[in-house]
Amino acid sequence: IMMETSWSCCTNLGPSGSSLLVTSDMSKLFQKPNFAQLCQQKKKELQGPRRSARIHAYYGLKSPPYKLDALEPYMSQRTLEMHWGKHHRSYVENLNKQLEKNDMLYGYTMDELIKVTYNNGNPLPEFNNAAQVWNHDFFWESMQPGGGNMPIFGLLQQIEKDFGSFTNFREKFIEASLTLFGSGWVWLVLRRNEKRLAILKTSNAINPLISADIPIISLDMWEHAYYLDYKNDKGKYANVFMDHLVSWNAATVRMARAQAFVNLGEPKIPVA
Amino acid sequence: MALRTLVARKSLGNLGLGFRQLRGLQTYSLPDLPYDYGALEPAISGEIMQLHHQKHHQAYVTNYNKALEQLDAATAKGDSHTVAKLLSALKFNGGGHINHSIFWKNLAPVKEGGGEPPHGSLGWAIDNHFGSMEVLVQKMNTEGAALQGSGWVWLGVDKELKTLVVQTTENQDPLVSKGANLVPLLGIDVWEHAYYLQYKNVRPDYLKNIWKVINWKFAGEVYKKECP
Repeated sequence: IMMETSWSCCTNLGPSGSSLLVTSDMSKLFQKPNFAQLCQQKKKELQGPRRSARIHAYYGLKSPPYKLDALEPYMSQRTLEMHWGKHHRSYVENLNKQLEKNDMLYGYTMDELIKVTYNNGNPLPEFNNAAQVWNHDFFWESMQPGGGNMPIFGLLQQIEKDFGSFTNFREKFIEASLTLFGSGWVWLVLRRNEKRLAILKTSNAINPLISADIPIISLDMWEHAYYLDYKNDKGKYANVFMDHLVSWNAATVRMARAQAFVNLGEPKIPVA
Repeated sequence: MALRTLVARKSLGNLGLGFRQLRGLQTYSLPDLPYDYGALEPAISGEIMQLHHQKHHQAYVTNYNKALEQLDAATAKGDSHTVAKLLSALKFNGGGHINHSIFWKNLAPVKEGGGEPPHGSLGWAIDNHFGSMEVLVQKMNTEGAALQGSGWVWLGVDKELKTLVVQTTENQDPLVSKGANLVPLLGIDVWEHAYYLQYKNVRPDYLKNIWKVINWKFAGEVYKKECP
């Protein structure tokens, strides 16, 4: 699952015909209604000053790969509507507003933008929005209806190798979610240098892209992620995530991709 | 060092930290609210007040006591490694207890003076330093809304320089972590648990409304003590 959520709507404003063409083409290519809405919105804005050529870089709000009520009763539709529809959306909109004013950040992919705006620990104001857009995209895709259970095949083997057993991993993951101070995220990552899986806690918007570790799954521990459904019961939320929400399918795909970058050793192929 | 700060804060008098000694070990308990859970409606809902007090604050107290117990055991054994590990838990839970204890006193139902602007020396100092109450409120609301993640926005007084300051702290860091001479007069909790059930993601609305139940009397008393 590629994390590319960015695309650039370059519009050189010539005759109005060309901008219309761009918009309708894109609406056909991408069925997602919110992207079409975004294009419509931009078309209206662009029809103002027709003579000057303005380059805009935009990120769009990507829908989760399931309907907003698909995770009931473990994550309510109300939560998804707030969390995705309000929080995630406002990160995207605020990022776009910031990028409009900052030419220097034009042209980066999302991953690059995050690393650049992190600025080695002295983050620029765009970092928070960019990272949170990415984090939430990753989070929605870390879950699925009918999720939970256990991973299978290679991923399970790797977890058992690095944590002793799946039960131990699960325990450590939940412990991490309970001991995180303040707002943040809990990740299962593949450490590039140590060539092993590990559990990582990050604060606020920080994510493993900063440390060049490869994230496999994430759990949002900001209060807005669980408060409507579980109030202050973080433990219940984390357990429900592990039991019913986490998408090991998505994790497997990410792990497979990660192995193109990290050599985990030769697979044991039996002889004869 | 964190422990010394906390013990020193005990002497800030009448903060109601619920301190008692048991077997020579200090333990803390959840202070009672000086008003009903529903008394701050409609600015803050009763549901939030109840959860905030009985669940969140209680958890800080419980974990603070646990960490103090572990600290006691570790120092007795001379186990510096464990002591160092406990420092962040002490700062977080101890800070949470201190901050929330101040917070409950910072709020008052309207019929008990909540929202009434400060008279006396604090009111004068605010006008002097910020220009007007509106400017102060605006500044605190802006900083509170802009705070990323979880934290607090404070009105404090520098007890050496006798000046007022507006500061933010992250997570449960007490105001003193931003300056050893800073004394909190007013703190507003901008953790999501403080407003989410009622205001959802619209933190600015929460900040706008909370001023209706701010207890300026308490802030004024603290100020008078630091700047007689």
